[in-house]
Parts: sequence; C-alpha cells; structure tokens
Amino acid sequence: MSSAEPESTEEDEVEAPEPDELREGLLERISDALGDTLLGSHIRPGDELWIRVGRDAWVDTGRLLRDQLGCRYFGFLSVIDWMPSPFGLDEDSQTDLDPDETAEPGEIQQGYAGGDTRFQVFARVASVTEHFGITVKCDLPDDDLSIDTWVTTYAGAEWHEREAHEMFGVTFVGHPDLRNLYLPTQFEGNPLRKDFPLLARRLKPWPGIVDVEAMPEEPAPPGDDGAAEGASS
Amino acid sequence: MTALNERRQVAYIDGQAAEARVNLELETEGMTLNMGPQHPSTHGVLRLILEIEGETVVAVDPVMGYMHRGYEKLTEVRTFPQVTTLINRIDWLGSFANEVPFILAAEKLMEVEAPPRAQWIRTVLFELSRIANVILFLGDMGVQLGAVTPVFYAFRDREYVLNQIEAVTGGRFHPNFDRIGGLKDDLPKGWIAETKAVMNKVREFCDIMEDLLLGSEIFEARCRGIGVIPEDVALAYGLSGANARASGIDWDLRRDQPNGLAWNEVDWKVWTHTDGDSFARYWVRLQETREAAKIVDSLLDNLPAGPVMAKVPRIIKVPEGEAWVSTENPLGEMGYYVVTRGDGLGPFRCKIRTASFNNVSIMPWILRGTYVPDVITIVASLYFILGDLDR
Repeated sequence: MSSAEPESTEEDEVEAPEPDELREGLLERISDALGDTLLGSHIRPGDELWIRVGRDAWVDTGRLLRDQLGCRYFGFLSVIDWMPSPFGLDEDSQTDLDPDETAEPGEIQQGYAGGDTRFQVFARVASVTEHFGITVKCDLPDDDLSIDTWVTTYAGAEWHEREAHEMFGVTFVGHPDLRNLYLPTQFEGNPLRKDFPLLARRLKPWPGIVDVEAMPEEPAPPGDDGAAEGASS
Repeated sequence: MTALNERRQVAYIDGQAAEARVNLELETEGMTLNMGPQHPSTHGVLRLILEIEGETVVAVDPVMGYMHRGYEKLTEVRTFPQVTTLINRIDWLGSFANEVPFILAAEKLMEVEAPPRAQWIRTVLFELSRIANVILFLGDMGVQLGAVTPVFYAFRDREYVLNQIEAVTGGRFHPNFDRIGGLKDDLPKGWIAETKAVMNKVREFCDIMEDLLLGSEIFEARCRGIGVIPEDVALAYGLSGANARASGIDWDLRRDQPNGLAWNEVDWKVWTHTDGDSFARYWVRLQETREAAKIVDSLLDNLPAGPVMAKVPRIIKVPEGEAWVSTENPLGEMGYYVVTRGDGLGPFRCKIRTASFNNVSIMPWILRGTYVPDVITIVASLYFILGDLDR
C-alpha cells in the first residue's frame, strides 16, 4: 500500500518535479475528513489524484467529494479485475491457450494507491470549475463482491453500476434496478472477468504474425524540394 | 301525463347511458410503445420502450447492447499499436478523435512527448473530425423533426471535410493515423490551401443552417423549452460536451485540459447557452462548428516545422502504471483509463469512458412527462452515436 509521498523523495538524482499544491491540498482535506478509512493514495503531479477508501466509507467519500470538494461532475464508475489472465495474450500464439489448471494463478499485483483484493471498484469524479479530477478506488473482498450504491450521490452512477454488475458480478446494495444493460437477460457469466475467455478467440484462433512484405521504396515525386507542407517558424 | 313523464325519464336515462358508453370507449389506458432497435431516429440500434398514457410518456426504458462489441475485453488481447485500429470505430463519425486520448495515455505512461508539429497536426485533424461529426448532427436534427432539406446540405458539405481527412490519413471514416510518439505521416503538398477552402465551405454551411433551421419558426416552436436539463442534473449524470454547455456549464476540455495539444496556441471561444433545452443544444453545436473552422484556419497559418514522430522504439513497451486521459470529443468527454503491467503486451485493463453512455443515461429522467413527438426532438438533440454508446 503506497502512501502519498511526493515524487521528489524518491528521485533525488533527477530534478524533483514541482509538488502539486492543488492535489496535495485536496489530499490533506480528504484525509482530515476520512481519517483511518483513507487506505492509500497516489499523486501524479500536474495530472491526477488517486485515493483508496474502505468499503464502509464508499458512500461517505462520494458525498465528501461532491459537497465539500466541489466534484459535482460524475465521470464514470467501473471495476478492475487485478488477476492476470490465465489465457494466452501473446499475439504470436497460434491458438488461444487453454488455461493450465495446475498452474499457480499469477500473482495479483494492484496498481496506484495499493489494494488487497482481486476486484477493485473505481470511479472518477471531477470539478468543472476548478478543473481537477479524483479517482477513487475501493477493494471488494473475494467472498462478498458487494458495495453500496452511489446512485443517491451521483445519479449517473445508475447505468455504470448496472454495467459493472453484469460484466464483473459485483452487487450494488440499494441500486433501484440492477439488471443487465448490454447483455441478454439469460446470459450466464461475467464477461470482463479475467477468467472468462474471449469467445472470439475460441471460435477462431488468432492468426499470429501474418507474412508481411516490406513496402517498396517510393521515389520522391518530381519538383519536391523536400520542404514540409506549410512549415513556418 | 305520467306516460309523458315516463317517456321523458326513459329518454333522459337513455341519453345518460349513451354518454356513459361513449366515455368508456374513449377512456385510454397505458400503452407500451416500442421504438424498436430499427428506427431512423435513434442513430443506430437503440431500443426505447415507452410507456404512454394518451400522448404523454410516463416511463422510458432504453435497451442497449445491440451493438456491444466488447471493446474493453478486446483491448486486453491487443498490443498498444493495435488498439488504435479498434478504437477508431467507437465514434465512427469523428473517428480520429477516438484515437487521441488513448495515444496520449500511452505517451503519458511511456513519458514520450510528440514533437510540436505532430501535436498541431493532431489538433487540426481532431477539429476536422469534430466538424465532420457535428455537420451531420446539424443536418440530422432537421430531418428528425421533418425538415428534410438540411441533411442533404450536411452530407454534401461533410464530403469536403472527409476528402481532406482522406488526403492526409488515407481513410475517410477510420483514419488509424495516430501513433505513439506522433503521427504516421506528414501532410501532403497543397493540403493546407485546400483545407482552408473547405473551411470556407463549412462556414457557408453554418450560415445556411442558421437560415434554414434556426430561422424557421416551426423548428423554434418544436425545440424551445423542450427537454430542459438543469445544470445540477446535467453534472450529476455526467453530461458533457455541447449538452453540458447548453445547460450553462462553462467547461471545455480543450481549454481546461489540453493534454499537450495545440488548442491554447490559438484564440477561440467556448460557447454556452443558459436555456438547457433542445434549441440550446443545437445552437451551441452550430456555433462550435464555426469556432472549429476558425481554429483549423488559425492552426494551419502557424504550423511549426519539424518531424512528426518522436524517437520511440520499434516494439512499443509501455511501462507499468495507470493513466487517465480525456479529451473534448465531438460528442462530449471521452476518456481512456489505461492500466498496464509493463510486460510488453497490451493494456491490462482499458476502461473506455464514452460521452454517449452518460448522455443517454439521462433519458429515463428527461423523457418522463414529455409528449411522443418531443421524444424524437430530445433524443435527436442529445446526439449520441451507437458505437459510442455500446462500445
């Protein structure tokens, strides 16, 4: 679990990037409000702030971001499945490899702001007046893939949660209408999970690298003095 | 006397009964109308299940997924350069714009910066795809409402823009031109002068649309006050692009978060409107088309010289990390959340946030209580593309 260390302490040989005052300030306000339930964070200076909260604080975090920090714009909400795919992803493999049942599952390694579990709900909200956005992550325990709904805070989460439900199998407690969005009603399985195979590859094996001939050298057209089109300055 | 009274009484009761029968026949119950997947107004295969009482819509249930191609799963089995071919096809009308946020995310993770000439040309092509996309909307909204003429002007003038895109990239609809570190090729000779001529045509087109549609009192009567979206509802649902700006939200990612592209090098204006109705959404997009033509002209006047591709290794290997980049696409805010493992394969997880998804998610809220003809007006004014909605 990473904590909010400014990049400069790790890269003393390289010139330290300027600390991002806006996001550092936001992180301070968030950690004051959330206290222990803020489990991790990460800042890429000038770019983005990531925070990770406990499942009990999910709704409170949403309200905090919307009301106290001015992030009224709802970007998106989805889930990351951190398990490495057991299927062949190499483009040169001639067939979609069947997963080796006896092989050890790949080590699960989470990304920014850390994580402990295979499934992580993440959402992004932004402030349209101050022009920053915050990505919020939350772990889901493997035996209980459920989390409170954000619909009461951000109305737009309704469809995003429906999609996350059908694609990953995550239940959103309190959602008014949790049925399939894209998939037919009788569809079994959760397609975006890593252990759900890509059916297109099962039906037709990936052809791998196809024989490609090199492009013939093109002679320059007459009257071309080599100057680029419209180049100025 | 009693016989007369009796006859009058019987006649009176008869009359009452007759009236009661007529009322029973006229009484309407709720009806479910299926604006089925094949419908000229839904820009593709979107199904709207409308529950109607008389002419008023009581509830709407949009059913999507007819065009779901599973892009997020497909990106996991592609390498980074291969993903560009795939994501071109999300919003197929303004397709260069789809590639840009993904390429920018990969460049952010690789810490590669495209040379200035590449960034400027990317911006020019981005604005051209915006013009191509929105010109279609300007004509298309007319034809949804029954005004057939504008859409012919739209398709004709769009061809000029698509010809310019084809001259540079080789493809009208699916350019697949952006590369990590820059662009595939430089501009062909004579392209700049041609494009400026095309921008004049675009401006003429906008004037024609203003005359034909905005000046038409039928259009005004059918669009003003229809489908009003207040600002807080727009933000809660994540409406973006012209839909948000028509509700008064002064937010444009080109100005506020340019991500290295060249919008802030030229002078242009963000158009907003306070009404938030369908008329406002059309008006904002019309002004934005004019503004985009102005941006293209200004950029082409001052294009810097130099290479169009930075030094990147031949086999692209993106280091481990997560990046989010979103841009002001023709339909709204489109972004990619790219998670990589640093193993030289493709994205580990690529969440594609499309503008149409949020724009359409407001339909159950906004279509409640409207009349059936207004459903078409509102659906047309929200402007979504099915590829963008379903991915």
